[in-house]
Amino acid sequence: MIQLLVFLPLLTALVAGLGGRAIGHTAAKAITTGGLFVSAALAWTIFIGFWLNDSAGYTVPVLDWIESGNLSVHWALKVDTLTAVMLVVVTSVSALVHLYSWGYMEEDPSQSRFFAYLSLFTFAMLMLVTADNLVQMFFGWEGVGLASYLLIGFWYHKPSANAAAIKAFVVNRVGDFGFSLGIFGTFLVFGTVSLDAILAAVPQHSGQTFSFLGSQVDVMTCLCLLLFVGACGKSAQLGLHTWLPDAMEGPTPVSALIHAATMVTAGVFMVCRLSPMFEASPTAQAVVCVVGACTALFAATVGMVQYDIKRVIAYSTCSQLGYMFFAAGSGAYGAAMFHLFTHAFFKALLFLGAGSVIHAMHHEQDMRFYGGLRRHIPITFWMMTIGTLALTGFFFTAGYYSKDAILEAAFASGTSHGTFAFFVGAIVAALTSFYSWRLVFLTFFGQPRWAGSEHIQHAAHGDHGHDDHHAHDHDAQDDGTAGYHPHESPLSMLIPLFVLGTGALLAGLVWHEKFVGAEEGAGFWRGSLAFREHLMHAMHEVPAWVVWTPSVAFFLGLGLAWHVYLGKPSIPKWWQNEVPGLYQFLLRKWYFDELYDALFVKPALWLGRLFWTRGDQQTIDRFGPNGAADVVVVGAGLARRFQSGYVYSYALVMLVGLAAAAAWMMR
Amino acid sequence: MPILSLMILLPVVAALVVATLPGGDDERAGRARVVALATTLVEFVAGIWLWTQFDQTTPAFQFTEDLPLFAPFVSWSLGIDGIALMLIELSVFLMPLCILASWTSVKKRVPEYMAAFLLMEALMVGTFAARDMFLFYLFFEGGLIPMFLIIGIWGGARRIYASYKFFLYTLLGSVLMLVAMLWMVNFAGSADIGVLSKTDFPKEAQFWLFLAFFASFAVKMPMWPVHTWLPDAHVEAPTAGSVILAGVLLKLGGYGFIRFSLPMFPDASAQLIWLVFGLSMVAVVYTSLVALVQQDMKKLIAYSSVAHMAFVTGGLFALNTQGLEGAMVMMLSHGLVSGALFLCVGVIYDRLHTREISRYGGLADTMPQYALALLFFTMASVGLPATSGFVAEFLVLLGLYQTSTWATFVLTTGIILGAGYMLWLYARVAYGKAAGDDTRAMPDLNAREIAILAPIILATLWMGVYPKSFQQPMKPAIAAVVARLEGRELATVPTDMTLSPVLPALESPAKAAESHH
Repeated sequence: MIQLLVFLPLLTALVAGLGGRAIGHTAAKAITTGGLFVSAALAWTIFIGFWLNDSAGYTVPVLDWIESGNLSVHWALKVDTLTAVMLVVVTSVSALVHLYSWGYMEEDPSQSRFFAYLSLFTFAMLMLVTADNLVQMFFGWEGVGLASYLLIGFWYHKPSANAAAIKAFVVNRVGDFGFSLGIFGTFLVFGTVSLDAILAAVPQHSGQTFSFLGSQVDVMTCLCLLLFVGACGKSAQLGLHTWLPDAMEGPTPVSALIHAATMVTAGVFMVCRLSPMFEASPTAQAVVCVVGACTALFAATVGMVQYDIKRVIAYSTCSQLGYMFFAAGSGAYGAAMFHLFTHAFFKALLFLGAGSVIHAMHHEQDMRFYGGLRRHIPITFWMMTIGTLALTGFFFTAGYYSKDAILEAAFASGTSHGTFAFFVGAIVAALTSFYSWRLVFLTFFGQPRWAGSEHIQHAAHGDHGHDDHHAHDHDAQDDGTAGYHPHESPLSMLIPLFVLGTGALLAGLVWHEKFVGAEEGAGFWRGSLAFREHLMHAMHEVPAWVVWTPSVAFFLGLGLAWHVYLGKPSIPKWWQNEVPGLYQFLLRKWYFDELYDALFVKPALWLGRLFWTRGDQQTIDRFGPNGAADVVVVGAGLARRFQSGYVYSYALVMLVGLAAAAAWMMR
Repeated sequence: MPILSLMILLPVVAALVVATLPGGDDERAGRARVVALATTLVEFVAGIWLWTQFDQTTPAFQFTEDLPLFAPFVSWSLGIDGIALMLIELSVFLMPLCILASWTSVKKRVPEYMAAFLLMEALMVGTFAARDMFLFYLFFEGGLIPMFLIIGIWGGARRIYASYKFFLYTLLGSVLMLVAMLWMVNFAGSADIGVLSKTDFPKEAQFWLFLAFFASFAVKMPMWPVHTWLPDAHVEAPTAGSVILAGVLLKLGGYGFIRFSLPMFPDASAQLIWLVFGLSMVAVVYTSLVALVQQDMKKLIAYSSVAHMAFVTGGLFALNTQGLEGAMVMMLSHGLVSGALFLCVGVIYDRLHTREISRYGGLADTMPQYALALLFFTMASVGLPATSGFVAEFLVLLGLYQTSTWATFVLTTGIILGAGYMLWLYARVAYGKAAGDDTRAMPDLNAREIAILAPIILATLWMGVYPKSFQQPMKPAIAAVVARLEGRELATVPTDMTLSPVLPALESPAKAAESHH
C-alpha cells in the first residue's frame, strides 16, 4: 500500500511530463490528479489506522542503494505516526492543489508540465517523510528542492522568476551544506545512517566529544546544529529565509502546496524525527528555540508593511514556521507537529484564496489596487476569512488549539529560552492578527481601488467579453473599478477552498487531544517523536494570564487593523512619512538581500574574475607554459616555427622522447 | 582468447583501414564513419562481454596475457582488475557516442579524424589493461598523441596554442615519472604492476617517487595550479574531443593515483595528504568561483571539471574505503556527466557555431527536449540524489570526513558554488528569451542526438539509483589498495586539519568526567 502511495505520483509525473505532448493536457491533468487522489485516500487509510487503531510502525524495504565499507544505505519506506501525519498533510493538500490548478492554470500552454512538476514534487516529499535513513531523507530533501526550483521558475520567461528559482536552490544548498556535514558526522559517530539505529544509540553517545574543525566539541550539539542548518534552509528560518518571499514568483497553487503546507515544513519534520537527538543537547534546543522565535518576530514585522498579497502570506508562513521551531526547541515536538498539521490547512487555504483573488483580478497582486472585493467574490471572501480566523487563533479554530499549545508549552518549559520564546510569540500573535486582518480589510473591504492597476486596465480594455454576462449592475466608470468586474472562480478552485476551510475550522477541535494531549499524546505518537508527558501536563498548569494571552493578542491585532485600515486610513501614511527609517527597514525586509548581495554575491563574482584573470592568466600561465615557451623559443631561435608550427612536430617530440626513454631502459 | 589484446588491436587495424580507404573524398568520409562506428560498437560489445565474464570476488588481475617482448623490462603483459574494468567500460561506452557526435559536424579530413579516434580507443584500453609499468607508460603518454592531433587539426581558432600548452604541461610531468619508474624497476627487479604493488619501497625513496608520479598525475587530473591547459584544450577541441578528454583522459590521473601512488608509496601517500588536501581545497573554491564568471560554455564546464576532479583527489587521499570507492564512482560519473554536458554544448554549437552563453536563451521554448536533457545533466553535475553525481560526492565526502573535517568542510562548499554556476548557466541558456532570431530558429534534437544522449541519461540514473552494479566489480580491488594503506602513519599538521583519526577522539562521558577531576 505504502509503495503504491509513494510511487504512484512518480509514475503519473513521468507520464504527464514525458508523454504530455502525446496524450494531451486533459489526460495529463486527469492522470496526475487521479493518482494524487488515490494516494490521498491511501494516506488517510494509514492515518486512520494510527489515529483510531493501534497500528504498529513498520518499514518496507525497496532496494539496496549505496554500500561502501561499513556504510549501508537502502531505499526503504518507514511508516509510523509521525510519517502518517505527514502523509495526510502532503497528499491531501497536493490532491486539492492539483484539483485547484485545473481552474487556475486553465489558460497556460504548459499545463501538463505544471502538473508533472506538482506530482514529481509530491513524490519527492513522500520519499522525504517516509525515509528510514538520513540519506534517503536527503534524497527527498533535494528532490523537493528540484521541484521547487522548477515550479518557482515555471514562468521562465520572466527574469525575476528565474532569479528567484536559482536563489531558492542555492540558498537551500547552503542549508544542505550543513545537513550533509551533519550526516557525515552522524555516520562517523553512530556508524550508521539508519534512523532507528541512530535514535536508539543516542543515550550511548550523549555527552561525548569529538573533533570538528580542529576543536573538541560536544557530539550531539554539533550534529544537531549542523542538521538544523539544513532545517533552516528548507524551512526558511532567519538567515536562510531570503528565498521564500521571492519564491512567490511561482504560480499560486505552488505557493500553497510547496511554500506553505509541505516542503517548508520539512525542517520541522526533520527536527521532530530526530527529536531524541535534540533532547540530548540542551544547547541545540536553545538555539532552535531562539532562532524560531526570532524568525517569527522578524517575518511578522516585515509582513506588516508588504503590499503584495502573496508576500504577506509568505512572510506569515515564515513566521508560523518560527512558531513550530520554538515549540520544538521548547521540547514540545507534538505541539510543533500539531501546528504544522493545522497550519497546512489554513495556510494552503489562504494561499489558494489569494490565488482566487489574483485570478479574479487578472494577476494583479498588489493590495493597493484591491478593495471592496467581498461583494464580488463572496465565497473567496468567506473562505479567506475562515483561513484568517484560523491563522490568527480565533476561538476553536485549528490555529487556536495549536498556537495556544505552543505558547503554553514554551512558557511551561521553564527554560529561559522558552520564556523568551513565549513573550516573543505573544507579541508575534498580535502582529499576526494585525497583518492578517490588514490583508482582509485591504482586499475585501473599503472602496474598489482597481482603476490604478495596469493588469486591470489591460483586462478592462482588452477583449474579455466573456466577463460581461457575469457582471453585476453597479458599473460606473468613476467608482474605482475602471469598469472591471471580478468574478468568482470556477468550482474546481472553490471545492479545494471548502475542504481546506473545513479543515481550518475543525482540525484543532478533532485532533488536539491526540497531538498534544497529556493523556492521549504518548499513545498516539508511540515513540515516533520525543513526547514529554510532563511538559504536556505542565501546559495545563500555566497561569490564567498565559492562557488568555493569545486571545488578547488576537483582539488587539484585529482591533488595531480595523482602526488603521477601516477607521482612519490616514494612519499608515502618517507612519510612512513620520518614521521613514523604520518603515523602509521593514519594507526592505531588514536589508537582508542587500546585505547578502554585498557580502556573498558580489565578492564571489569579484573573486572569480580575480582568480581567472590575475590567477590563471597573469600568474600561472605567465610563469608556467607561456613563460616556458618564451624561454625555449627564444633560446632556440625557433619562435616562428613554434608559433605557427604544425602539430605533428609536437607529436614527433613526444615520440622521440618515448623512443629515447625506451632505448635507455633497454641499455 | 586474448580478449584484451584483441580489444587493443582491433581499433588499430580499423584505424589503418580507415586511413587507407580508397575512393573519392565523400565516399571515403562515409565509409570511414561506418567503419569507425562499427568498430567502436564491437568494442562496446566486447566490453560488456568482459563485464559479464569478470569475477567480481577477487582483486586479482583477470584475462591476463603475458608475451615477454623485451624481457625483463618491457613485456606485453595485460590484465584487468575491477578498477581497470570499469574505466574500460567507460571508454568503450563513450566511444561510439563520440563517433556519432562527429557524424556530421566534422567535415574536413574525416578518415584521418576517425582513425585518430580509433587509435585513441586502442591506447585508452591499453592504458587500463597494461600490467607492465612501461607498457602502461607507453599507452599513457601515447594516448595524448591522438588528442594533440584532434585538437591541433580539427580544433578551433587557437588550436595550436591549446595543444602546445597541453603538451608542455604533460611532458614535464611524464619525464619525471619515467625517471622514477626506472629507479623502481631497478630496485624491485620487475616492471610488473602486481609485483610493484606489493613491494615496500624505503620511506625516503617513497617520498621522492611519490612526488615524481604526482607531477605527472596532477597535470593529467588536473589539479590546481597545473589546470590551466584544460580550459584551453576543451575550448579548442571539437565536441567529441572534449568528450574523450573530459570523459576518459581526465581519469588517467586518478587511475594513476589508485594504481601506482597509493599502493606503491603508501607511507608517502599518508604523509603527503596535506599536500593533496590543500590543493584540492584550493581547487574546489578557486575553480568554482572562476566557473561562475565564464562567458564561454565550454570553459565553464572545463572549470567545473577541475572542481569535480578535486573531489576525486580528496576521496582517494581519504585513504579509506568510502573515499576510494567514492572517488572511483566520481570518475565514472564525471565521465558520463561532463561528457554529456560537452555533447550538449556540441548540439547547440552545431546549430549556432558559438559557445557564447549570452547568444542563447529561451531554448526551453524552442528546443524542449534538449532543454530537458540539459536540465538532467545540470542536475547530475550538481549532484542531485538519484543521479550518479550524488553517490560519488556523498561517498567522497563521507570518507573524507573521517580523515579531515577541514578538508570536508571546504570541499562541501563546492555543492553550493556548483549549484550556483550550473543553474545560472542553465537559466541563461534554456530560460528567458532567445537572444536572436537565429537562436529562436534552432531545431530541437534529431534522432541521432537523442540516440547519443539517451544512453547516458539511463546510465547516469542507473548509477544513481542502484550504484551497486558499478561498485561491485571494483570493491575487491579497492579493498586491496585500502589494505596496503592501513596502519600507515598519517601526517599531522599544525593547524590540526584533524588528520588524527577523528573517531578515537570520541570520549565516553565516564572518561570525560574522570579527566575533569
